[in-house]
Amino acid sequence: MHTLGTGVARLAISMSLTATLMAAAAGNLFAQQADPPPPWKQGQPAGVANSQLAPVAPPPVPTPADKLPLDKLSLKAGFKIEVYAAGVPNARTLRLGDKGSVFVSSRLQDKVHAIITKDGKREVKVVASGLHRPNGIALHKGTLYIAELSQISKIDNIEDNLDNPPKPTVILSDLPKDEPHGWKYLTVGPDEKLYFQIGVPCNICVPSERHGKIYRVGLDGQGLEVYASGIRQIVGMDWHPKLKQLYFSENSRDWLSEDVPEDKLNRVTQAGKDNFGYPYCHQGNFPDPEFGWGRSCSEFTKPVALLGPHSAALGLRFYTGNGLGKEYRNVIFLARHGSWNRSVKVGGDVVVIKLNEDGTFRSMEPFVTGFIQHNNYVGRPVDVLPMKDGSLLISDDFNGAVYRVSRTGRVATK
Amino acid sequence: MNAGRHTLWLAVTLLGFGAQPAWTTTIEERLAPCLACHGENGQSANPEIPSIGAQPSPYLLIQLFLFREKLRRLDLMNDAVKGLSDDDLRAFADTIAKLPPPRPSADPGDPARIERGQALIRQYRCNICHDADLAGRDNVPRIAGQREDFLVKTMREYKGNVRAGYDASMAEVLQPVSDADILDLAYFVARQR
Repeated sequence: MHTLGTGVARLAISMSLTATLMAAAAGNLFAQQADPPPPWKQGQPAGVANSQLAPVAPPPVPTPADKLPLDKLSLKAGFKIEVYAAGVPNARTLRLGDKGSVFVSSRLQDKVHAIITKDGKREVKVVASGLHRPNGIALHKGTLYIAELSQISKIDNIEDNLDNPPKPTVILSDLPKDEPHGWKYLTVGPDEKLYFQIGVPCNICVPSERHGKIYRVGLDGQGLEVYASGIRQIVGMDWHPKLKQLYFSENSRDWLSEDVPEDKLNRVTQAGKDNFGYPYCHQGNFPDPEFGWGRSCSEFTKPVALLGPHSAALGLRFYTGNGLGKEYRNVIFLARHGSWNRSVKVGGDVVVIKLNEDGTFRSMEPFVTGFIQHNNYVGRPVDVLPMKDGSLLISDDFNGAVYRVSRTGRVATK
Repeated sequence: MNAGRHTLWLAVTLLGFGAQPAWTTTIEERLAPCLACHGENGQSANPEIPSIGAQPSPYLLIQLFLFREKLRRLDLMNDAVKGLSDDDLRAFADTIAKLPPPRPSADPGDPARIERGQALIRQYRCNICHDADLAGRDNVPRIAGQREDFLVKTMREYKGNVRAGYDASMAEVLQPVSDADILDLAYFVARQR
């Protein structure tokens, strides 16, 4: 669906459209001599000044289970979606414990929750509170790691202490305190180290040495080092099951145009060396109009795939199970939260990305759609989580809910 | 006053004025203590205390929720909404949203500064989210006619990562804005009808 080739084609269309609109705007300029637009506005497509674009804030209180938008969501024949748990405020990152508890982070509220299944009933418990932007969580050998805005902490043996969990112990502190793109994604690598990013504290700027990078650090908080650079903001990472390389989604800059640049799927192949181009080059082929002068996109690591303009590609996970059918073995499921900086919203779905044997891009297709209805959100998917029974969980931070997708009938596994 | 009633009165006082049992008063009556600071009809005459009249209900609900959960820290407000139910918060938000918008100062202001402020509004695209008339909508607050000192304070807090906000949108927007621009923006916005 989205390849680098079609991205370029769309870029050309978009640029010619911009030229047309600029001509229209110039006509307008002569008609209204009294109020010439300021220099920053030259080239702004007509109509933008009147468009209504604003980041969409989710309601602070979760949607009751019977009001969740299940009937609006579409899946391919042979799949069904149901509510796994409601009442999980601002549900963001999903993680699975060895004993079956599902941990759910939040970005806008202060808590991490656990969803526990007991005697066929689901219970939502608070496992940590008083946190600041605890978006990043990871589980490793029974320990829950929590990445807040400016620190990382842990709770050992979390699943044995769900009724009375101890306060998290800080293992890494003094990270930058910038609010913009300050929330983190956290994952544990095959090398048993924690990986997280420090996003840039702006839409578009030349970041400080500390910002715009992926870092890794030991599970004890020691040995912090740069793993990759030139990134804007990341809200999803996972490890290729065979190649053991880090794949991550990256959200590109706003306010450049409706269709350019697109969000990216990237991978790190050279630890510590890969630079993904921000703020100089976007989507692997488009130099920034302000910061790109004197630079070339050829200096930087190319994306694996383009994921749509402003689509807010967030959580992604390689699916290594059988439960959804053999065609989904080793694919990436990726949640696109959906755009705000675009007149006609895009994203608001979960897509399937198939890769070639060498880890390059093969195809992308929709898996769950319908979170956008009449250009408004009825929900917003954030993260995905393959379960041991082969089903796939999806978090929705707009409704404060977690859904479960599974096959309706027999599954071919060979 | 007997001991039982005294205990009830004390409990109500400790819970905060917003948390009176709903059956004792109408929502308008429960709003009276709010307006003691935020001003008659929601137009504040107190330094650095915002006017709240005609704010969009979804924005008000988010702020009341943040105060209740202590995600936005301000002792007076945290105490005021302590113990309120989600339905209470919705009722307050809906009622405050129906108060009239604040009237800007009759002083039209210095034309050169007004013009600078107006240009900055477009440069930083305030009008795209807060709307052309700066009246806000949904989760985006009304800023037209807001107290100038409160606007300056709030923008400085966003820029300095002091006020986290519900999400980080305003911190991102304010990142490239100079303090001189903040003063001019507030000057213009406070006078916007």
